[in-house]
Amino acid sequence: MNNRNPRTWNWFGGAAGWLWLAIIIIPIYFVFVTSFKTTSTYFGSNPLALPAPFTFDNYVRVVEANFIGYLVNSVIVVIGTVGPLLIFAFMAAYAIVRGEGRLIRFVQRGFLLGLAIPVQATIVPVYLLIITMHMYDSLPALMLPGIAFGLPLSILILANFIRDIPNELFESMSLDGCTEWQKLWRLAFPMTQPALVTVAVYQALLSWNGFLFPLILTQSPGKRTLPLALWAFQGEYATDIPVVLAAVVLTLAPILVLYAFGRRYLVSGMTAGVGK
Amino acid sequence: MTVASTSVATTAAPAPAGAAGPPATRKPSLILFALPALLFFVVFAIVPLLGVIVLSFTKWNGIGAIVFNGLATWQDTLTRPTTWNALWLTVRIVILSWLAQTPLSILLGVFVAGHQRYRQVLAVIFFLPLLLSSAAIAITYKTLLDPNFGLAAGLNIPLLAQNWLGDEVLVWFVLIFIISWQFIPFHTLIYQGGVRQIPKALYEAAEIDGAGRLKQFFYITLPQLKYTIITSSTLMAVGSLTYFDIIFVLTTGGPGTSTRILPLDMYLTGFRGSEMGVASAIAVMLVVIGLSLAMAVQRLGGKGSRGSQMDGM
Repeated sequence: MNNRNPRTWNWFGGAAGWLWLAIIIIPIYFVFVTSFKTTSTYFGSNPLALPAPFTFDNYVRVVEANFIGYLVNSVIVVIGTVGPLLIFAFMAAYAIVRGEGRLIRFVQRGFLLGLAIPVQATIVPVYLLIITMHMYDSLPALMLPGIAFGLPLSILILANFIRDIPNELFESMSLDGCTEWQKLWRLAFPMTQPALVTVAVYQALLSWNGFLFPLILTQSPGKRTLPLALWAFQGEYATDIPVVLAAVVLTLAPILVLYAFGRRYLVSGMTAGVGK
Repeated sequence: MTVASTSVATTAAPAPAGAAGPPATRKPSLILFALPALLFFVVFAIVPLLGVIVLSFTKWNGIGAIVFNGLATWQDTLTRPTTWNALWLTVRIVILSWLAQTPLSILLGVFVAGHQRYRQVLAVIFFLPLLLSSAAIAITYKTLLDPNFGLAAGLNIPLLAQNWLGDEVLVWFVLIFIISWQFIPFHTLIYQGGVRQIPKALYEAAEIDGAGRLKQFFYITLPQLKYTIITSSTLMAVGSLTYFDIIFVLTTGGPGTSTRILPLDMYLTGFRGSEMGVASAIAVMLVVIGLSLAMAVQRLGGKGSRGSQMDGM
């Protein structure tokens, strides 16, 4: 596809585009550069200059402050949330598309309405629920609401994909005597793979960056996930800017790697809910 | 297996004439597959949603017993000046963040909708803020804006060395800027998709009629983006009700109560002030405002704003 209109150059859009690039890049650049500076060279020098001398000490101190532990917590919570979420959402989406009856339509409408529930408004009852279940200050406590609130959008996306699978394929499997359970895993599952990856990547990002549930459902430092740990760490090391920013880079690095490999999935995950 | 399948085939063969295909293969028993999802959704989303209404008529400090308090909790909530302040600040953040984000998102969306290679590269970079956690963004800006240790001090630009987060007026500029930084990329993405759906023929026709860039934008692009604007505005309005993490980490509602919007007021009242009943009443307000805002924006733009405009999903 060629330029729509090569005759005139879109000055306004162009200016906005390049200006926005600077606005996006400068803070990110600042974080990376500063995380490799010594605290003494950071003060009183140009904050945007390249680090001289270049140091890894900040990262060492971040690791010493148990950030590997927080990273492991985050990974556990992400896997423990996205794994069950994906399987449950997939099965529910299959039921909604392939199933029939008043009950299923009611369930479908329920999940659609679920898209409109603001998660934050539920924190007091969720907190009450978790302490009643004696799960306060544990990692599973973070997974349960994560799974629940991830379901509506995930089901919506997956249902749209399952709906696109040609009916003949299901019929021919029925003729082979396959049960619904076999159709679910042998036909629908492989054919929905791109959507499953999209949902997984997007929900993983949400879970990785989650702040509110860890804030209200955990207490001890040993149970912190990365964003919460970052917040606590910043409170302790407020003046030691390079160390704080090294911690920021550490929380960001895994997502950047993910973005480099799965950009397409992330973008479609973000916009998938918009069409509806 | 093969024997069974052929026998089924022979009996099934004449059927299609009468039963129009699908019904035979669709079963109500499939509801069983939805059970795990349903269980989680009911327990951790529906029950809390109803629970928050119940809790809004109680008194609870977060640890002890929950005591029924009737309308007194609502009376407390509605007579606190903090509630009304938070409500007003919430209205303000919804309006200001919409005003700041919408024009820029449209402009950038139109820009990155072009198929030139450099624009594609820019679009990849524009996306970056969406990857960061609100905590990381807030901490980065807190550092950058620090009047003594931040960007301004290091670059020796006294004008930039303001007490950005300590001044009741300046803090709002900072807040709206950071929210824009974080969320414009998302809305740019939405508008990019919207612009790409506009039929090329419209522009070609306009060009033949001698319409310039600006005219094309106002007479074709903008009207064609109507539903995209509604979608984006709905998400923006409802989204801005929920800016919690960023403000919590950045200012915790301060200076004073000048950035204490509803969700923050709810958290601080409930979890710091041990008034879970009042917090629940605020949560109910949040749900009601969210739903009515979403409905208002949809109504404003007329019905039928479905039109799947994104990625064919």
